[in-house]
Amino acid sequence: MEYTVDGKTIPADEEGYITNLSDWSPELAQVIAESEEIEMDDERWEVVNFLREYYEEYQIAPAVRVLIKAIKKKMGPEKGNNKYMYELFPYGPAKQACKIAGLPKPTGCV
Amino acid sequence: MSDVKKFLYVNRKAPYGTIYALESLEVVLIGAAFEQDVALAFLDDGVFQLTKSQETDGIGCKNFSPTFRALGDYDVTRLYVERESLEERGLTEDDLQEIMYEDEDDDWAEKPSICVISRAEMADVMAEQDVILSF
Amino acid sequence: MSTLHTVNKSPYMTQSLVSCLNHCKEGDAVLMIEDGIYGGLAGGQMAPIVEEMGKKVSLYVLTPDMAARGVDSSRLLEGIEGVDYTGFVELVTKHDRTQAWL
Repeated sequence: MEYTVDGKTIPADEEGYITNLSDWSPELAQVIAESEEIEMDDERWEVVNFLREYYEEYQIAPAVRVLIKAIKKKMGPEKGNNKYMYELFPYGPAKQACKIAGLPKPTGCV
Repeated sequence: MSDVKKFLYVNRKAPYGTIYALESLEVVLIGAAFEQDVALAFLDDGVFQLTKSQETDGIGCKNFSPTFRALGDYDVTRLYVERESLEERGLTEDDLQEIMYEDEDDDWAEKPSICVISRAEMADVMAEQDVILSF
Repeated sequence: MSTLHTVNKSPYMTQSLVSCLNHCKEGDAVLMIEDGIYGGLAGGQMAPIVEEMGKKVSLYVLTPDMAARGVDSSRLLEGIEGVDYTGFVELVTKHDRTQAWL
């Protein structure tokens, strides 16, 4: 699989996770989100940016349970819960949001 | 699940010369989803996994040492390190990176995850497990 | 409550056997497999250490691994017992947990 941003080709694996983490840009995130049929708004950007920060610090994409707990701690229980997160990313907050954030698939996801 | 077992992951290899250390960490992260009672042990060359200031850009390997600091998020809050193994290698606890976890039951107070114990205590820890996974 | 320890490397190559012996409790068993069987040889530098531990723990070697390496049971330290694969399984079931020293 691959994405095209400003005429540039960005390689990705068969599930749509980009191959080189350094290829990521906010513009690419928009393109990945479109292919996932997700419209990026402030709430979704908040999660995507959070994931990128988490990866920067710990070098892993967190499991969904860990992500929700961390969001709860940082942004409060009205955002750190399953319902809110699955409304933003219906096919799985960790899986889908990680893809948009340009991170590898969370460890433990199959 | 009520049937919680005690799991100990025993790490005895240095971080980058073989794949053992990284594999162990990945198994720990995956296994954390099963909500068992998980602890990690570091002895022999395994203590080298926790040293500070690892920088792997020059060898083209992923630096997974920061990932140990995420273990608290996965409810893995006990990292036993064997004192004799440190001493035999000329290391002290100060050579290890600081790894903290937030205690949910204590108003998210930050507490250290690393616990340096003697060889005899390590043998006791091993003897109280249900399952030991070696790397 | 006891542990079966397995060691699969020669003690002349790695510290695994020594480290294993250092963490054994009274009543544990140590089974030497693969290249670990060289730890059972009489006459080597390791022999006194292993012999001493034999007083505290039960020592076993896996006989197919010995045969493969041309090591006859007459070369083993006294008190070390040979087991086949069935004996290996029996040891696993007899103890509360198994710990591999890689």
